[in-house]
Amino acid sequence: MNSELAEHSQFKDAETGQFNPKSLIIWPLSQLFRFIEWPMKRIQNLLGLGTMPYIFLLPNLCFFGLFVVLPLFVNFAFSLTGGTNLYLDERAFTGTEQYAFLLDCGNYADPLSCREDRFWKGLFNTAIFITLQLTFLVLFSLITALVLNKKIRARGFFRSVYFFPVLLSPVVVALIWKWILLRDGILNAWLVELSFDKILFFVSPAWAMFWAIFISIWAHMGFYTLIILAGLQAIPPDLYEAAEMDGTKQERIFWRITLPLLWPNLLVVIVLALIKGVQTFDEVFVLTGGGPGTATQFIVQYIYNTGFTNQIQNFGLAAAASVILGVVLFALTMFQLAATRWKDNG
Amino acid sequence: MADSTSLPDRIWQFLTLRRGGKRWHWTDLFTYGYLGLGIFLMFGPVVWLVLSSFKTPAGLLEFPPTWAPLGQVVVEVEGYEKQLPMYRVTMQDGSTKDLAQIRRIGIISQMVDPAEPSTKFKIPIKQREPIREFRMAWENYLDPLERFNFLSYLTNSVIVTTLATLITLLINSMAAFGLSIYEFKGRNAVMLFVIGTLMIPITVILVPVYLVVTELGMVNSLWAVILPGAATPTGVFLLRQYMLTIPKDLIEASRMDKATEWQVYWRVVLPLAMPAIAVLAIFSIMWRWNEFLWPLIVLNRSEVYTLQVGLNAFQGELDVQWHYILAMTVVTLIPVVVVFAFLQKFITTGIASSGMK
Repeated sequence: MNSELAEHSQFKDAETGQFNPKSLIIWPLSQLFRFIEWPMKRIQNLLGLGTMPYIFLLPNLCFFGLFVVLPLFVNFAFSLTGGTNLYLDERAFTGTEQYAFLLDCGNYADPLSCREDRFWKGLFNTAIFITLQLTFLVLFSLITALVLNKKIRARGFFRSVYFFPVLLSPVVVALIWKWILLRDGILNAWLVELSFDKILFFVSPAWAMFWAIFISIWAHMGFYTLIILAGLQAIPPDLYEAAEMDGTKQERIFWRITLPLLWPNLLVVIVLALIKGVQTFDEVFVLTGGGPGTATQFIVQYIYNTGFTNQIQNFGLAAAASVILGVVLFALTMFQLAATRWKDNG
Repeated sequence: MADSTSLPDRIWQFLTLRRGGKRWHWTDLFTYGYLGLGIFLMFGPVVWLVLSSFKTPAGLLEFPPTWAPLGQVVVEVEGYEKQLPMYRVTMQDGSTKDLAQIRRIGIISQMVDPAEPSTKFKIPIKQREPIREFRMAWENYLDPLERFNFLSYLTNSVIVTTLATLITLLINSMAAFGLSIYEFKGRNAVMLFVIGTLMIPITVILVPVYLVVTELGMVNSLWAVILPGAATPTGVFLLRQYMLTIPKDLIEASRMDKATEWQVYWRVVLPLAMPAIAVLAIFSIMWRWNEFLWPLIVLNRSEVYTLQVGLNAFQGELDVQWHYILAMTVVTLIPVVVVFAFLQKFITTGIASSGMK
């Protein structure tokens, strides 16, 4: 088939005249564009040059409007209604009842005293998860970036070693580790070898949370390492040379030069990781299913369970919970923008 | 070889050689320790997955597990319909013999010598050891293609990834073109609007997007997965930043030559913006191939499952068939590894320069 195609001139490289495999992708696309050329010309003649930018923006803005902006308002409308119907006009207006239901607690420090204890358990779990995950994620990303920034051999190779899990799908990551952590998995085989007892990792709430955190760090560390590494490489080398000439100790160089200059970068990483962490769902859902019980059920899983899996699909309650999550994320994003501006302005 | 130093010596020299020939510091030891541990922790689980995916169900049940995929040797023996498993047996007199097991009753196993099927032995099971050979269980990979919807999951994932990426590239590059080439009324408002949508992740608007998709009649069709994420603010940004660097004179010159705006877009600007478009294409492919939560919500019938949703459904079943799950996980992982191997540079510079994932 290739040789047949190669007969056609459009599949040949303009300079060498040889078959160019890239053209297999580009050729159909250019046919498509050529097809649109004529109608677009008519539009331009009809409406004039001034409207062309709007024409170019139209498809994208339609998508944004339909799948982001409209839903944002509809979400709010949903949160003010009750019942089980999906269509808004069939839903009963309940005012702030859903919020009152979510936020009704005897004692805010104890999730079990709340009317909707699953929501509060989700919030608490997310808070615990975020605190530990963020701390160790940033710590290990920083250490890895520092190590990779040293003059080591095969640096590119080692960078990919830490980076590649970022590209794996959350389902794959969860299954890889689930296979290791099973009752008869390899980790338990090693424990038995070292004459410990087997541990049922998915039966103990503490262990389940530990592995949820561990796996989330394992999967995402490479991404943040890369950002920190870019920050490290932006530090002017003459600062280090000057310090070395003065015979400054490595530890002192780290605290006095590296960390202060890296700090704005680090702040961006922290906020980015925080925004992502609050929305953690995929890996943990596949790994533990939120269990044992509700020990690793996070806020996004609460929304998913409430809106899409329970017998009665409670869209109103799910929407109210998402509005609360949205407010938290909005605050965090504002903070991130401020941090980015601060970083860019030095 | 002319080189007199032995291989281990040279490896040691290679490892201990330091650039600039300076003295060792504790941080150097830490560095190499950390890197070694890193290889083990990051690669180990994936290697273990791949090794395990070639084991038979019986091999997977073994505890403690073996490293390599081993299968028990089976033989055909005259007079027996089924193939019989082979064992190495320690006989009464201390000698060993390779026998096939006919059946096992309690702690006694009835065995036969494949060479002379007429004589049978009764051996206590303690005195036999299974004979195993290295065998890759390719059937773990082939069976799911026939017995389950795995092939359709794979096709669905490929369709979603391809179509979504094409649409993403088209509409986002058009928007970026509009925002970078023209000065027009309301441009800042549009930019602000795009920045605004950056702040609204899908997790916040699951319910209403589900409503929109239902109204459009797309639930349980692949379009429900393809369309909602097609316009990405990060994509518009990335492409716009790049298009801003294209010299305005070039565009003016093509307009002089009576090129229409559409021709300027796809014949002049798009080819010049190829590096940025490649980065967006790679990211889009990764996003779509790995997407999980949204497909999980809108795809409820097994025929339309993508790989990720299919895998999850499979592992949630009561009787978990790990030999198939492991093999399917490996298949799911392969495209990503291939993309990474060839386009690593694009990906890492893309992340470092735009901070997107």
